[in-house]
Amino acid sequence: MTDLSFNRTEYHEDLPPPASEVGIFGWLRHNFFSTWYNSIGTVAVLYLFYLVVPGLIDWTLISAVWDSKSNQDCRFEGAGACWGFIDARFNLFFYGFYDIENYWRPSLVGLLLLFLAVPTLFEQVPKKIAGGMFALFTLGWAVWALAGLGQVASLNLQVTIGILVFLGAVTAGIFLKTPRSVCALAIVGVFPWVSVSLLYGPLNVASLSSGIGIAVYAAMLIGGGALAYWSTKRRDALGSFVGYLLAYSAVVIIYMNWGFGLTNQATSSFGGLMLTLVLSTVAIGVSLPLGIMLALGRRADSMPAVQMLCIGFIELVRAVPLITILFMAQFMLPLFLPEGVNFDNVVRALVGVSMFASAYMAEVVRGGLQAIPKGQFEAADSLGLNFFLKTRLIIMPQALKIVIPGIVSTFIGLFKDTSLVSIIGLMDLLLIAKSSVTDAKWLGLEHEAYFFIALIYFVFCFGMSRYSIYLERKLHTGHKR
Amino acid sequence: MANSAKDLKVSDEVAIEISGMHKWYGDFHVLKDINLTVQRGERIVVCGPSGSGKSTMIRCINRLEEHQRGNILVDNIELTNDLKNIDAVRMEVGMVFQHFNLFPHLTVLENCTLAPIWVRKVPKKEAIEAAMTYLERVKIPEQAHKYPGQLSGGQQQRVAIARSLCMNPRIMLFDEPTSALDPEMISEVLDTMIDLAQSGMTMICVTHEMGFARKVANRVIFMDGGEIIEQNEPEEFFNNPQNERTKMFLSQILNH
Repeated sequence: MTDLSFNRTEYHEDLPPPASEVGIFGWLRHNFFSTWYNSIGTVAVLYLFYLVVPGLIDWTLISAVWDSKSNQDCRFEGAGACWGFIDARFNLFFYGFYDIENYWRPSLVGLLLLFLAVPTLFEQVPKKIAGGMFALFTLGWAVWALAGLGQVASLNLQVTIGILVFLGAVTAGIFLKTPRSVCALAIVGVFPWVSVSLLYGPLNVASLSSGIGIAVYAAMLIGGGALAYWSTKRRDALGSFVGYLLAYSAVVIIYMNWGFGLTNQATSSFGGLMLTLVLSTVAIGVSLPLGIMLALGRRADSMPAVQMLCIGFIELVRAVPLITILFMAQFMLPLFLPEGVNFDNVVRALVGVSMFASAYMAEVVRGGLQAIPKGQFEAADSLGLNFFLKTRLIIMPQALKIVIPGIVSTFIGLFKDTSLVSIIGLMDLLLIAKSSVTDAKWLGLEHEAYFFIALIYFVFCFGMSRYSIYLERKLHTGHKR
Repeated sequence: MANSAKDLKVSDEVAIEISGMHKWYGDFHVLKDINLTVQRGERIVVCGPSGSGKSTMIRCINRLEEHQRGNILVDNIELTNDLKNIDAVRMEVGMVFQHFNLFPHLTVLENCTLAPIWVRKVPKKEAIEAAMTYLERVKIPEQAHKYPGQLSGGQQQRVAIARSLCMNPRIMLFDEPTSALDPEMISEVLDTMIDLAQSGMTMICVTHEMGFARKVANRVIFMDGGEIIEQNEPEEFFNNPQNERTKMFLSQILNH
């Protein structure tokens, strides 16, 4: 008979892994040469690189002609890319047909967005660096503007002071306790209006030209402010919300009418990267909140009317190609609108692209909502959280985290889809590139034009993709069972 | 220690009153004519075979499930479709779930302070202080800044208990709190629950931990087929069950 008893008196100590599992060789073996077919794949890909990369480097860098004045300078044996073309058409690619003396306006909008977005999007930007960036930017701007250098010659004193005050406020905000929330608030509540007046100029609000209109807005401002003040004191959430909304709307409308006192710049002059960015930023900014609302509406079983409306919108928009929606906005909408009411072309494209993106976003967000276990809803309910708090604090943070890859995919798709607006005659980046090579001086330089804009598209899309990965890592909170 | 919990006085005040309550899932009649009066300070253990409606019954008490007939009064507030009443009841009734249901995107401390801050409008600093006292009471203050995913099952369940306690509930509902735990972790959760019972909390526990029932319960309820079949004091219930179904159930779970 065998003895079944066994008693371990000492536990085995932890040993380091074998050398073949770690280090550079372990990594290579695991990732590139783990099996014979993996090894063949690795060799094949290396050979492909060998075929493509040297030629690409030669064309773009080594044999490239950098200081060409026209396509004639590049017409010799063995010439690479003719980059002089990009240099000559640089402004066109970036600003479209925007007036040269107003280039500072879209540039400023871009910089503002960048400087507000960085602290909002990244948590770990040290306050000193963020603050330093703002201070430097503000200072540089002040010197540039006050000295009347460069293209800022047309800038009037009023605008300069307005911008400086605004930037000063944001810079101060950075040093406050919660720079992220300040920046987020500025992006949502201030940036949209400031950028409209910078890009387009003041909006002519007809009702502000009559005495009654002014009285109404003044009443909104004062009444709303008073309501907000008293309601906040009495902890009445609805009252203070309505109060703030009234006062805020009045301020925005009055401000939009003033618009820094800038000259108007027709939207037909918008083009190039600037137009692409305007379209995609607005569509991204609109589609996420709208998509969340549509997704919640689609799941609202207790409100069948809202549910039907949301399902109808989502399914209708998703069933139609974006080009069709743009065509509809361009040619059909005027038929339904009363005589004299006319929407700007860019605004139509914005509405079309935003609607389209919202429908897709709604389904992405709904996917995240489906993935939240029922227990999370029940736990929130059992703690007495109402629907709004439950959605905001418990459900949405988790649902959105799950679908970050889907959301960013939608954003990236949307960014590239904006090139479809060329179909309704808007000069976006792609159409600008396409038409710029029809210039007799630069005829036949399609390669350079498309390579350049491909690079621009890549920088933006790759950036979004990397941000998605960063966000996923940041929000990862331990293993789920 | 065990005796001190059993000797606790039960007050005359009624905490929960369920009368003639029925519930259906579609055509399926899950709860039939439930009548139950719970005094303040009572510790009730509900047991029964799976599918007998135990969980459904206690989930009706904080309206995670809706009942279709009869009345439920919690702290003299009637549970109807009125959202205000439901919110008022939920603020007074804490619940602990089989699968913990902690919020995985928040730290342990944030899990505990979220509801007090947003629902009870407690200032953040006070909420954190209160949460830390409760985390100490369930013996895991050192885990306050970890995420639930980094804790063991027993620790997670104790956090879930602390999270409920942070709302200062007058009644606690436990829905099979130890069923999803490894054997070694069950006792740490039961100890926490015994400690809670000794503090005089009104508790209704759906559980099959008969040792726990003997130690702290002052009443055991047996359910089958959506009905309350038998209820009695623990000693009588275990030693001298009356109903045949109860006898069979007890022989099944005790003879191992």
